Amino acid sequence: MKIISCMKPVPDPASRLIINETKTWIKDQDLTFVASEADNYALEEGLRLKEKHGGEVIVLSMGGEEAARVLRSGLAMGADRAIHLLDPKFKGADEFAAAATLAKAIEKDGGADLVLAGVQSDDLGTGMTGTMMAEFLGWVHATVVVGVEAAAGGKSLKARRELEGGINETVELPAPAVLTIQFGINQPRYASLKGIMAAKKKNFKVWTAADLGLADDAVGKAGAMYEVKEILIPEKKSKVEILGGTAEEATAALVEKLRKEAKVI
Amino acid sequence: MPFQGVDFYRIDDLLSDEERMVRDTVRRFVDERVVPIIDKHFEAATFPSELIPEMAQMGLFGGTLPEEYGCANMNNVAYGLVMQELERGDSGLRSFVSVQGALVMYPIFAFGTEEQKQKWLPLLAKGQKIGCFALTEPDHGSDPGGMETRARRSDKGWVLNGTKRWITNGTISDVAIVWAKAEGEICGFIVETKTPGFQAPEIKNKLSLRASVTSDLILDDVLVPEANLLPNSAGLKAPLMCLNQARYGIAWGGIGAAMACYEWAVEYTKGRIQFDKPIAQFQLVQEKLAHMLTEITKGQLLAWRLGHLKDEGKLHFSQTSMAKRNNVRVGLETARLARDLMGANGITLEYPIFRHMCNLESVYTYEGTDHIHTLILGEHITGLPAYK
Repeated sequence: MKIISCMKPVPDPASRLIINETKTWIKDQDLTFVASEADNYALEEGLRLKEKHGGEVIVLSMGGEEAARVLRSGLAMGADRAIHLLDPKFKGADEFAAAATLAKAIEKDGGADLVLAGVQSDDLGTGMTGTMMAEFLGWVHATVVVGVEAAAGGKSLKARRELEGGINETVELPAPAVLTIQFGINQPRYASLKGIMAAKKKNFKVWTAADLGLADDAVGKAGAMYEVKEILIPEKKSKVEILGGTAEEATAALVEKLRKEAKVI
Repeated sequence: MPFQGVDFYRIDDLLSDEERMVRDTVRRFVDERVVPIIDKHFEAATFPSELIPEMAQMGLFGGTLPEEYGCANMNNVAYGLVMQELERGDSGLRSFVSVQGALVMYPIFAFGTEEQKQKWLPLLAKGQKIGCFALTEPDHGSDPGGMETRARRSDKGWVLNGTKRWITNGTISDVAIVWAKAEGEICGFIVETKTPGFQAPEIKNKLSLRASVTSDLILDDVLVPEANLLPNSAGLKAPLMCLNQARYGIAWGGIGAAMACYEWAVEYTKGRIQFDKPIAQFQLVQEKLAHMLTEITKGQLLAWRLGHLKDEGKLHFSQTSMAKRNNVRVGLETARLARDLMGANGITLEYPIFRHMCNLESVYTYEGTDHIHTLILGEHITGLPAYK
């Protein structure tokens, strides 16, 4: 099976985030970037499918040095090779432009049996890139996947999807397909020290917009469908009320409020 | 909140991508797997053996040895960073990995036959076999040359008799590297612990390294085949070479423990309000924090430079002694200062401070006591050995 696993670089969750001067993004110069958490689950699933069915796992990412960093972490976990989409023109892409660019790269690499992505990213969290990528590729897709099985040498896939209310459904898809992988589907492995040492020697392709044959207005900010006008920190609206009186009086007042105001009992 | 590291002098900038990635991976492993369970193991005086398979999968055992034996072939700086992070978790865990790699796999690699390497190194790297290193005896610690354990030739190989003490991993080992005098010369033997006459009772009631197994080894007419003699190990120099490997790791480990204590001290003193302000705002507290950070930074630089000297093949063992001696002192002093700043909270297992402090009391005198490392430096400076 040829499996391509997408990895998005996001600021380390432990970082302190500061909004930039134009209020359109965060100051990201001094931040440490890691792979978006759900993408690690996707990659682990890809590695397990490869261990079971053979083939190769390719990690794919778009961005600057931070993308190279997460690709190296993917190689260290066990991916066979990496594709880095690196071009200043890619900057400012929304989900639409990102999906178009990623899909082109997948086509340029000769397609795949399966493309995996995290269900959503840790930063924007819209969960759209995976499905849009499927659309650009003209492939079937399944989202919020909590279990994957491959059959017929990877030509057919069974995906278990998580629905609302604790219900799962199983869908069958022909390959090639795109799956977006839910958090917690597996336990992503730690990179081995051997894997880290070997990562440098693995095939690492770098492609620009021109390599992908994409016009300037199809990528990055120019290719985006929407523009971020402002990002802001939500106003804190915590309201604390201390109920006075004896314990009995305070309890009675609390019950009254929970019933009438909060309407939770 | 995961550990963010202590890096006042941007030492990260001196590390390669691989070194950082190794450090970050082990750092995450320690935060996710070790920190949540280690206090319970310390309290119960049990080794967290459940961590062995994952540590093996990550390649933490014998990480600097070549790939052909199933190892990662990483450089010594990366290896040191692994030791730093493991000891940030617990000295007992770092001790386990030190012993398996530097004191069991290394002597087989350095002094063993190709058959011995092929047989043992992959099994030890995978954690399928656990090893220990048996040099110290009840009456011979700093003076291993005086050892009483003897290996006598017989028609079936060698017969070993003697007692070893303070042996990390002894009771849980499948194999022991036993040092004994054979025909007047110290030699290393690979002894399978299931061999008749071999016993390894655990030393109980330790108040330090409680999450690590420490044992006595009793060898009573233990027959070891000729094929298990480490052929290139003749002389005291061989076990001392092993100890130098382990001491190198401790130089990094001491800083790891210091970082854990410093991190807590900063966190705690910023949050602890007395006289209507955080105690971190008091001059006496700030002086201690400033001292800790300075000593940690100096220790980091010592360890980093030591790693490069080792990788470049320029390392003299007295340089390792300086770093081991200094950095364990830094660890111990940082733990004691952190305990001081944290008042009564500093003595509970709820925080890692007292655990590190108790552990470091052992680290201070094992793998060469603080005194012996001082005298190694003294001899280097003056040319006059004080211990002879």
